Amino acid sequence: MTGISIISLKVSMAASKVKVAIIGTGNIGSDLLSKVERSPFLRCSLFTGRNQDSQGIRRAKQLDITVSYDSIAAIENNPDCCDIVFDATNAESHKEHAPILKKLGKFVIDLTPSRVGTLCVPLINIDEAVQTDNINLVTCGGQSLIPIAKAIMEVHPETQYIEAVGSIASRSAGPGTRANIEEYINTTARALEVFSGVPKAKAILILNPAEPPILMHNTIYASITNPKLAELKDKIFSVAKAIQAYVPGYRIAAGPIVEKGNVMVIVEVVGQGDYLPTYAGNLDIITCAAVRVAEEYAQKKLNVSLQTV
Amino acid sequence: MNKPLIFDSTLRDGQHAIAHQLSAEQAREYCRAIDGSGVYTVIVGHGNGLGASSIQVGLSATPDIELITAARTELKKTKLGVFILPGFGTIKNDLAPALAAGVDLVCVASHCTEANVTKQYIEYAVKKNKEVFGILMMYHLTTKERLLEEAQKMVTYGAQGIIIMDSAGSSTPQLVKDTITHLTAHLNVPIGFHAHNNLGMAIGNTMIALEAGATIADGTLRGFGAGAGNCQLETLVALLQKTGVDVGVNLYQLMDASDQVVAKIMKKPQEIDSVSITSGLAGVFSGFALPVKRAAAEFGIDPRDIFIELGRRRVVGGQEDMVIEVAMELAKKKITN
Repeated sequence: MTGISIISLKVSMAASKVKVAIIGTGNIGSDLLSKVERSPFLRCSLFTGRNQDSQGIRRAKQLDITVSYDSIAAIENNPDCCDIVFDATNAESHKEHAPILKKLGKFVIDLTPSRVGTLCVPLINIDEAVQTDNINLVTCGGQSLIPIAKAIMEVHPETQYIEAVGSIASRSAGPGTRANIEEYINTTARALEVFSGVPKAKAILILNPAEPPILMHNTIYASITNPKLAELKDKIFSVAKAIQAYVPGYRIAAGPIVEKGNVMVIVEVVGQGDYLPTYAGNLDIITCAAVRVAEEYAQKKLNVSLQTV
Repeated sequence: MNKPLIFDSTLRDGQHAIAHQLSAEQAREYCRAIDGSGVYTVIVGHGNGLGASSIQVGLSATPDIELITAARTELKKTKLGVFILPGFGTIKNDLAPALAAGVDLVCVASHCTEANVTKQYIEYAVKKNKEVFGILMMYHLTTKERLLEEAQKMVTYGAQGIIIMDSAGSSTPQLVKDTITHLTAHLNVPIGFHAHNNLGMAIGNTMIALEAGATIADGTLRGFGAGAGNCQLETLVALLQKTGVDVGVNLYQLMDASDQVVAKIMKKPQEIDSVSITSGLAGVFSGFALPVKRAAAEFGIDPRDIFIELGRRRVVGGQEDMVIEVAMELAKKKITN
């Protein structure tokens, strides 16, 4: 799509944004809602969960969003309510939701580590992803470090092992995240291997309850015998810049440096402070990725409908 | 005082002192020496638990599964235990194969305020009919009330007992007494204490915990362990004997295993050096001792300054990448000044 058509769309489509439903009213769903509300292409037509005491639902009501406590049943009962569904529940629930949403013909963006749909890191494979009907956004650590791992592998394809360590503030890890530590680790490691081509990857996740909360902090290690540091640095910083286009708080905090024969890069993500304060960059990076994919899909859809008109 | 169960972490916590370089042969020799001594369980694996072998916290010389297999062939009377920290180890790659290799007992650990991450793991091990204990690490960073809540969660998931870890060796005697008294008053399951010796109190604090109602003492032979080391089990057993508590442990057998096997595995005698005292004072995980010393040498700064700064940032076990980051920042500051 050209720049001119984007501008004309923004003007002409204000009233006809693509409708999205969000399942899961916890930290991730609520953060996502804020970002959808800002989108020129998306409108949240349903915010649905199960938790009656959900702070997220109370907040959504205040924002005049249609809410439900019937979780996915709210979409089954009113299938026309949306075109895109974000699943921000947990891996187990998504496995139940996926076939239902497929039958309803929805474009599904899964923010749990279920690994049901096509793994997607927007910077790497957004075009392929929007052609499918269910995409999985890996994990926050995956979104943050997979592009760096891929950059490292492009400079040093002989690398045999990459390790990704994520430290996040306890307050930013809701019940879904906590119930899915196993899936988080396995999905992040697998996606690192798939996208970067490294034969073996390992993921580690640490929750830190310190007050004030710590910023989302990610470290990647790659075992490389004779690293070309200058080339790595160029590539890694250009990747970081490209991610900043959709995750503004993404930054290289340190590195690449060589430590004990390994190349080490540290990434921090400063959140936009939408639902949780800025420390929760882990929410930001995955909800930014989700909105990026949804907008790509929405623009295609709006473009098609414009042409049909 | 009740007769306490002795949990032997020599082949797990001791790994921190030798950068996780234990061999299968060493594990076999140790288990042969300790089997049937009366210790309740021997816990084997990487210092940070199953699956923790990593650049971040240290690569193991021997895969966990090989250590487990070696221990299994020698342990006939004593239970074989493992330790797993969700976020490092996984069911798929680590716990399931360990249980298949014949592990009897599983310790599932989390930072003291994060017990709900252990649910999936405790439930899995319980379903596999294993004895399961919940471990709360770095307990000095929270209150006894919160600790009780977290312990209760683990009991709900199926843990048969709770072990409180003074991972930084940061406890005062009063803190141990208050904490254990509170937990034993409100929980119906056995409570244990795992001490570190940074402030010279590993045996003392373990005794205080037992007097306050704890019924599990977790330690290592020769005090072999992270930082300043752990509660030295053969000393504790002797002290308990003198107190009139028969723990049902063969003291000479412990001493022999200590002198003939552990002394050979150790690179140097366990001591409380200044860096470990600082780590205890700052309340930072004892396992950071080696990485901190390494980073201090590399970046030309005082290791004690790194520990104090890590304590200020309230890092938890596993955040070894922060050691490098802090060292780099301190080095930069030093140049600027």
